[in-house]
Amino acid sequence: MKRDDIIEYSLGAGHSEEEGTQIRKKIWFVTAVLSVVTAVEVLLGVFWGSMGLAWTVVKFAFIVMTVVKAGYIVMVFMHLGDERKMMKYFILLPYAAFILYLLFLLFFEANALVPTLLS
Amino acid sequence: MSGEVSKVIDQETLWEGGRSPFSVSYGKMMMWFFLISDALTFGSLLGSLGFMRHKYIDTWPISEAIFTHFPLTHAHLPLMYVAFMTFILIVSSVTMVLAVEAGHRMDRKGVTKWLFWTVIGGAIFLGSQAWEWSTFIAGPDGDITTWADNATLTQHFYGRGFTADNPIAGPVQYSQFFFFVTGFHGTHVLSGVILNFIILLNVLKGKYEGVGHYEMVEKVGLYWHFVDLVWVFVFTFYYLV
Repeated sequence: MKRDDIIEYSLGAGHSEEEGTQIRKKIWFVTAVLSVVTAVEVLLGVFWGSMGLAWTVVKFAFIVMTVVKAGYIVMVFMHLGDERKMMKYFILLPYAAFILYLLFLLFFEANALVPTLLS
Repeated sequence: MSGEVSKVIDQETLWEGGRSPFSVSYGKMMMWFFLISDALTFGSLLGSLGFMRHKYIDTWPISEAIFTHFPLTHAHLPLMYVAFMTFILIVSSVTMVLAVEAGHRMDRKGVTKWLFWTVIGGAIFLGSQAWEWSTFIAGPDGDITTWADNATLTQHFYGRGFTADNPIAGPVQYSQFFFFVTGFHGTHVLSGVILNFIILLNVLKGKYEGVGHYEMVEKVGLYWHFVDLVWVFVFTFYYLV
């Protein structure tokens, strides 16, 4: 391969005006979703104490909202949703496997190292 | 959108295997490889933050009790400034994806416009982070020159239940992770702004018009969205949880 600036292979490397209108519509939709979710996160972060919610519920709500935002960014903004299925898997699955295993180990150990439990 | 089989491609551009894996260009695939490794770094960093968060479960400071400041006002506005920063970064991600979309239509004017706003958004974010850092270093007395009594790396106030009159010792890791996580992310934003700026100059010079496509905008865009993606996680796991 002599040149890397040729993109005949890239899927969806170009589109027409009509397709562009559709894509822009989708972009604005995702923008609205990301903004609303962020606003909900902030309001929950400030007011969860006075709303009488349990911390565990709030925490998992935060994590779910974060994953939703991340999903929209990766799949729509980074166009991973438009790539080949195998490419999606080879990017997401090994990463998820490594990080989830790491998090499992870290939290498991951290709970065993709480200073008040050790003393 | 035509498949690789139906398309005649000259021999010069074929990969060694005679085709392209996953039907993406070389540069785009390598950007994804880089982003995966960078994501592993950030994942480990935020994972170790979670480790400390769980280890010091009783004394870990509450971020919404610390980040209550907003520029030009003394009002008590918990998390509002960091929400503003998050919004700025999301908006600059949107302008980036609009630049990529304009590039797919070979609309040079559109690419220029949206890329320009992306650079501006990144610059605002960096400035905001500088303000956030100096406010955090200044600590409860608001004086940036007296490090000794502030939330620096050596002193560790802001424990759980902290008030300005009643500083409680929290784990020193709280401020260390603040500087390391936001600093590492800020470095990424800085390099992203520089890359976006270089690409913007190239667009202005008409370089990609000559090449025949705007894939470079897409590749740099991938990096920029990744920076936004990381901030989504930093926002949740440093400021909210």
